[in-house]
Amino acid sequence: MLDIFRRKKDKAAPAGSDRGILVFENTTAVIRAESVLKAEGWKIQVKGPPPEIRTGCDLVIEFPLIEELSIIRRLAEVKIKPEQVVPVNNTLLEPVDLVHEKTYGNYLMIRAANMKITVDKKSKLIVNVSGGGCPDVPYLADQMVNKSIDQAPQPRDVGYTLCAYALQIAYDRMVKLCSL
Amino acid sequence: MLAIVGTIPDEKFPLTGGIVSLKGKKITIRDWKVDVNRGTPAMIAAAIKTLEYMGESNPYCYLVGDIGSGVGSKRLYRHLTDQIAAEPFQTLALHYFQPDVRLFKKFLTAIKTMPTQPRLIGDAGFMYVAKMGGDAPAFDLLTPDAGELAYLADEKSPHPFYTRGFILHEENLVPDLIKRAYRHHNASTYMLVKGATDFIADKNGIISTIDSPKVEVLEAIGGTGDTITGIVSALIASGLEIVTAAATAAKVNRLAGSFAAPTPATQVAAIIQEIPRALEQVLG
Repeated sequence: MLDIFRRKKDKAAPAGSDRGILVFENTTAVIRAESVLKAEGWKIQVKGPPPEIRTGCDLVIEFPLIEELSIIRRLAEVKIKPEQVVPVNNTLLEPVDLVHEKTYGNYLMIRAANMKITVDKKSKLIVNVSGGGCPDVPYLADQMVNKSIDQAPQPRDVGYTLCAYALQIAYDRMVKLCSL
Repeated sequence: MLAIVGTIPDEKFPLTGGIVSLKGKKITIRDWKVDVNRGTPAMIAAAIKTLEYMGESNPYCYLVGDIGSGVGSKRLYRHLTDQIAAEPFQTLALHYFQPDVRLFKKFLTAIKTMPTQPRLIGDAGFMYVAKMGGDAPAFDLLTPDAGELAYLADEKSPHPFYTRGFILHEENLVPDLIKRAYRHHNASTYMLVKGATDFIADKNGIISTIDSPKVEVLEAIGGTGDTITGIVSALIASGLEIVTAAATAAKVNRLAGSFAAPTPATQVAAIIQEIPRALEQVLG
């Protein structure tokens, strides 16, 4: 029984009008929902919202519409409630996927989109967070700087905005490189 | 007088307006003291250092606590929309804020009813929301870094997070991106593009570039983009023409960075302390 559902979930997200988007109150909710759904095998993708529902600093989750009920039910189990579920006909914006690395002596800086994180390669201490323009950037810097990369809170846990999501991408790459 | 709008990364910080002062590594507004680390407090501190050097009064700031939920920003958007029309500010610098296109457009409409049209400077969240809503040309000066310039140049991107790869690619030359931003009406009257080389431009192209002293590690230090925005805002408020103010600010920020002998672990407060010395070298 479980295998049947798993096979169904493992299908790639279909293209065209059979896709929908889940709209959430903020990026933190998007990140939580993404983690839950991806961990359980749903082929969902984080995208930019279409212009008609775009308010500012937002993300949506694209999913196969046919699985709406089961996805909503699973999210409700972990107390995540989308604000809207909207069918999609147009192409959605893809998040940036370019990540740059730059070394300054003992320090490594990683940039994803408009966000940068810099770590002392020897001590693994986060020495700086820079870039961005949303209000959680100074807050994230305050929470993360002068902490070890494996002890600092992750942007996905304390941030809210697209800048936090971009910083998470840079952070994930940093963790991967620091563990090599 | 210079007015600055931005956020403080502390949810308990109330919606506050007033003259801000700087003592050591803290700014003070009414009874609140805030560390100058990065973001709007760093921008304000750099502006104060510059205004003091120029013999001008400290800035009036509208601040609110917001750690990214947008709750504080929304309150301040509404407050400003109700209040700004009666204010006499000649220079208005808009900084870290939660982008909200609908609320920003209302605020911008209110700015247009001010008794004297202020010179409008935008950076950070306010620059993002201006471009999102097609309002970048309403600004006299935007101060993007090279990555943010790519966002302005990408007519389809609503946030730097969605800048398309072929535009964001490092090999894209800044002058080409500036042209593209102007072509799609996503640029301000003047642009100060911060980076390894700083560019000052308008719709006709590059006006000047500043590339020395070269202090590569400034890119890694949070707040070095904020300080340049603070310096240029203060210079414009002190009466300098925008192009002159932008070139001066770029030089001063580089020199202040150089004087601080930074590493990637340096915090921006150390660079802010060097701004008066840098101003003296450039303007003295």
